[in-house]
Amino acid sequence: MMPPRTTPEIGGMGHSLKRKEDPRFIRGKGTYVDDVQLPGMLYLDIVRSPFAHARIKKIDASRALAVPGVLAVITGQDLAKYNLHWMPTLMSDTQMVLPVEKVMYQAQEVAAVLATDRYLAADGVDAVEVEYEPLPVVVDPRKALEPGAPVLRTDKKDKKDNHIWHWEWGDRAATDRAFQGADVTVKEDIYLPRIHVASIETCGCVAHFDKVTGKLTVWMTTQAPHAIRTVFALVAGHVGLEEHKIRIISPDIGGGFGGKVPVYPGYVIAVAASVLTGKPVKWIEDRMENLQADSFARDYHITAELAATRDGRLTALRIKTLADHGYADAAANPSKFPAGLFHICTGSYDFKAAHVEVDGAYTNKPPGGIAYRCSFRVTEAVHTIERMADLMAHQLGMDPAEFRLKNFIKPEQFPYRSALGWEYDSGDYAGALRKAMEKIGYANLRREQAEKRQRGELMGIGISSFTEIVGAGPSKHFDILGLKMFDSCEIRIHPTGKAIARFGTKSQGQGHETTYAQILAEELGIPAKDIQVEEGDTDTAPYGLGTYASRSTPVAGAAAAMAARKIRDKARKLAAHLLEAAEEDLLWEPGKFSVKGAPGRAKTIQEIAFAAYTNHPQGMEAGLEAVSYYDPPSLTYPFGSYICVVDVDKGTGEVKVRRFVAVDDCGNIINPMIVEGQIHGGLTMGLAPALYEEISYDEQGNIRGGSFIDYLVPTAVETPKWETDKTCTPSPHHPLGAKGVGESATVGAPAAIANAVVDALWHLGVRHVDIPITPAKVWKLLREHGVTE
Amino acid sequence: MRVEVTINRERYASDVEPRLLLVHLIRDVLRLTGTHIGCDTTHCGACTVLLDGRPVKSCTVFAVQAHGRELMTVEGLEQDGNLHPVQEGFMQEHGLQCGYCTPGMLMTSYAFLRKAKDPTEDEIRLAISGNLCRCTGYVNIVKAIQHAAARLRQGGT
Ligand code: FES
Ligand code: FES
Repeated sequence: MMPPRTTPEIGGMGHSLKRKEDPRFIRGKGTYVDDVQLPGMLYLDIVRSPFAHARIKKIDASRALAVPGVLAVITGQDLAKYNLHWMPTLMSDTQMVLPVEKVMYQAQEVAAVLATDRYLAADGVDAVEVEYEPLPVVVDPRKALEPGAPVLRTDKKDKKDNHIWHWEWGDRAATDRAFQGADVTVKEDIYLPRIHVASIETCGCVAHFDKVTGKLTVWMTTQAPHAIRTVFALVAGHVGLEEHKIRIISPDIGGGFGGKVPVYPGYVIAVAASVLTGKPVKWIEDRMENLQADSFARDYHITAELAATRDGRLTALRIKTLADHGYADAAANPSKFPAGLFHICTGSYDFKAAHVEVDGAYTNKPPGGIAYRCSFRVTEAVHTIERMADLMAHQLGMDPAEFRLKNFIKPEQFPYRSALGWEYDSGDYAGALRKAMEKIGYANLRREQAEKRQRGELMGIGISSFTEIVGAGPSKHFDILGLKMFDSCEIRIHPTGKAIARFGTKSQGQGHETTYAQILAEELGIPAKDIQVEEGDTDTAPYGLGTYASRSTPVAGAAAAMAARKIRDKARKLAAHLLEAAEEDLLWEPGKFSVKGAPGRAKTIQEIAFAAYTNHPQGMEAGLEAVSYYDPPSLTYPFGSYICVVDVDKGTGEVKVRRFVAVDDCGNIINPMIVEGQIHGGLTMGLAPALYEEISYDEQGNIRGGSFIDYLVPTAVETPKWETDKTCTPSPHHPLGAKGVGESATVGAPAAIANAVVDALWHLGVRHVDIPITPAKVWKLLREHGVTE
Repeated sequence: MRVEVTINRERYASDVEPRLLLVHLIRDVLRLTGTHIGCDTTHCGACTVLLDGRPVKSCTVFAVQAHGRELMTVEGLEQDGNLHPVQEGFMQEHGLQCGYCTPGMLMTSYAFLRKAKDPTEDEIRLAISGNLCRCTGYVNIVKAIQHAAARLRQGGT
């Protein structure tokens, strides 16, 4: 890594500045949505379905309305009067706000109760009586596609089955040919189950419609406030909600990870209730509602095949996937890509041919799927290719590290066009893997493993050499509901040289207030402490698409640099005026312009800022402000190599992660402390689905894993002490050479852990284990293979 | 019912329903919103406060059970403008990201460090295992608590 160019006082890129957001959080002075309390505020609570599929015969609100303090019970019929009982999903499917005819999953919203107090609203929910007529339930997406399966989306007139879409990418003929001629092939079914991001803060909002001004203000747990404003205006324009009178405020957010991108029915009902009553309405879901009804992630049934030459060179990849979307395709994907960026699935390897097919299916489950701290299905892609690479290596009798080194895209091949059409910006995959091998002592571990195997002990070493695809996105390919995926930064430098900068993104813990200030400090030489960063208020921030898919640094970070460079251009003109020199004769160093050859003749950025308001040349506009809407020319491709060592308990089947080394490369780094923190967090959210988390359903569609009793978010005890390191391969097209890092570890870690477990059990004949790798699953395998009784 | 409590050395009195949870008394009635709510099954620890010096999950205590007793919340850690060493530790070691679990983590750590002067990493991990954090991966929280422990051994308050 390059040493920082700025002093610690300025605090530009490369400094581990302490975070600006921390002083309020460690004092309990953050403002999260549930902290907002307005005079006369009402509370909304939701009646939910006990059935996964049922006709609603009758909703009787009379007992609920008799509860003192309960003001109204809102049903689908009420919303239907305004045509608000259905809403569009981000994938242009439709989803119910409240049902009129039938419910489609367990815990679906059925009615809402409005009361003067949270407890009374809950009393009202208990008192609403709903009569259901259960309908046949479809849980398994394979069964959903069988002929004769009950058609779930009876609301869609011409729909005769449960198939949502078919999507494919790549060269089918070339891939099939490569498989026909292959020396060695491997094939595996891999299931990535439903999981939930489970941010510690659940979702909620406070909606306040002012009947006098007609202005709607919504404090809301959202990662994308501007897009939400536009969606609200498009969906509810006909009832008088116009975009200039909608203000979305995304206050402090207690973790997002993708779960706070969609619009959930609760938000819409709260807005409707506030519009009807003219009073502020608060809706905060509880944890069970959050796990049971909010968008899930994954749920991909994958069949993958690899072809290779006898000497271990990969030639082709073929994947068929069935995506279970629940009853509506409510994925948060760019609209051109119904399976997100799953076609990054050739990973870090140089394939000549690849073909991928995905089919979407409806089932009686909550709608989705969103990303779980990753860029639009990249975890699914990485898990598949990294599991398959290990399978092939083992099949060929090659060491998995040696196999990867042989097949990596080479540094000199960048920019590299993959068989599935992506243009990778830069990388040195072998460099990262070698560094990880050295740090963990790979050769010694293999020796130890061999010795242990002799003694009958089960130890495994797993590698994952992942490549991500982030920074969506170039607007020619990336939009959500038609909104192009640019992002923005607006900077105002005040006369005294202090600054405020506003962004279209929204931090949910990533530390934007600090890192964006550092980017501006780097570009302008104004100390980071003198720069106030704001996001998340649509009345003040420039339009942007928000924070998810690791896009803040690649897109809004770039916008910050571009806006700062506009400021610098004007500052140069001002400096030339003040120094009575020609612009070309001025030299910039962080924080000042000086005259070439006369270093004593200089003006600091603060002096220049003052002049912009007090002494600007005739004919020049006053002020020192700029805005940039950045449309990235391409995506960025962070990568890394992770190595994990596990010990498997033969008696219980428990997997213990003994060591985990993560070498990441996210290009140039803005704040090393924050980057490391992002990787620690991401690794833990990689461990979680690898070993613990799953939301499954029984045949009746009853949820399993719908509370923290069964949904096992790892604590400090299960989480290993992560060991991190880095290499640095800047992105050639990003103005700062940065790539984004928030999700790398979540994407890369599960495969390393799964590979380690299979590596521990390979000699017994085990070829694959689906995540989460629970003690029960491993114990069963051990038993089947005669190790445990 | 009447509840009188001392919170962060100040006395409060309020008329509440018997079923009101302590966390709602603290947050909604007394408007100390640093204490958070993250679950409904006593698993996450975001609501951790001290009741007569012992950490409790305030989502699982009725407000009336705190009658006549002493509470401390995250807002009480800073004294006379001086941050407590656990607060310093979390800032110095980047022990927080979204900050939502942080007040609960701080209160658990505070109570733990009153008993454990020189804890091992394993002891720290066990001590905070009733508090979930989805953002940090715990490594830096452990460091933050070690940082605070060292400061306290040197005579911090
Ligand atoms: S709110 Fe989760 S333990 Fe109290
Ligand atoms: S910092 Fe976000 S949950 Fe801990």
